[in-house]
Amino acid sequence: MARIAGVDLPRDKRIEVAMTYIYGIGLTSSQKILAETGIDPNTRVRDLTETEITQLREAIDRGYKVEGDLRREEAQNVKRLVDIGSYRGLRHRRGLPVRGQRTKTNARTAKGPKKAIGGRRKR
Amino acid sequence: MSRSLKKGPYVHEALAEKVERLNSAGKKEIIKTWSRSSMITPDMLGHTIAVHDGRRHVPIYIVEDMVGHRLGEFAPTRVFRGHRLSSDKPTQITRK
Repeated sequence: MARIAGVDLPRDKRIEVAMTYIYGIGLTSSQKILAETGIDPNTRVRDLTETEITQLREAIDRGYKVEGDLRREEAQNVKRLVDIGSYRGLRHRRGLPVRGQRTKTNARTAKGPKKAIGGRRKR
Repeated sequence: MSRSLKKGPYVHEALAEKVERLNSAGKKEIIKTWSRSSMITPDMLGHTIAVHDGRRHVPIYIVEDMVGHRLGEFAPTRVFRGHRLSSDKPTQITRK
């Protein structure tokens, strides 16, 4: 059972893909790590040797901010904007798009699922 | 495209001058400005700058984290009072 960077352990997938289950590692970073450590991207997670797993773990520790640390950093960045009372902070607080997108229509990613008619939005 | 590094951050000249003058005099008074696009520089720290929002000057106390942002980011130009309910009584002001 491969356990890298906390609670991550998808088995029957190729490691190239399996590593993308770690928050902060996408396909690109995953491929870079594998190239760096010289591990075949096509090996299944269950076929990895212990040394290979350790290698991967070290590579991630060395060059990547993942999981909790990453989430914390993101939250801090948002918190900073909110605390200094900037316009972007205000948009974060309201749950509206931050970068000047239109809100007459769309903006569903920021606002979340549609809420009932009557124009009532949260808050 | 971002601004050329050669030029340095944009600060309205009159404003920069005024900050400079207050700094050398060691005084702190409210500076009124219309220059919303001026970048906040480290020498503005601790000053209170009143930024025009189109109607009046909103006083902003400059703290360290604000450096690199622009003055206008801290003085919203729009007041959103919420949408109307089904009848024509307007909703409460939703500002926090």
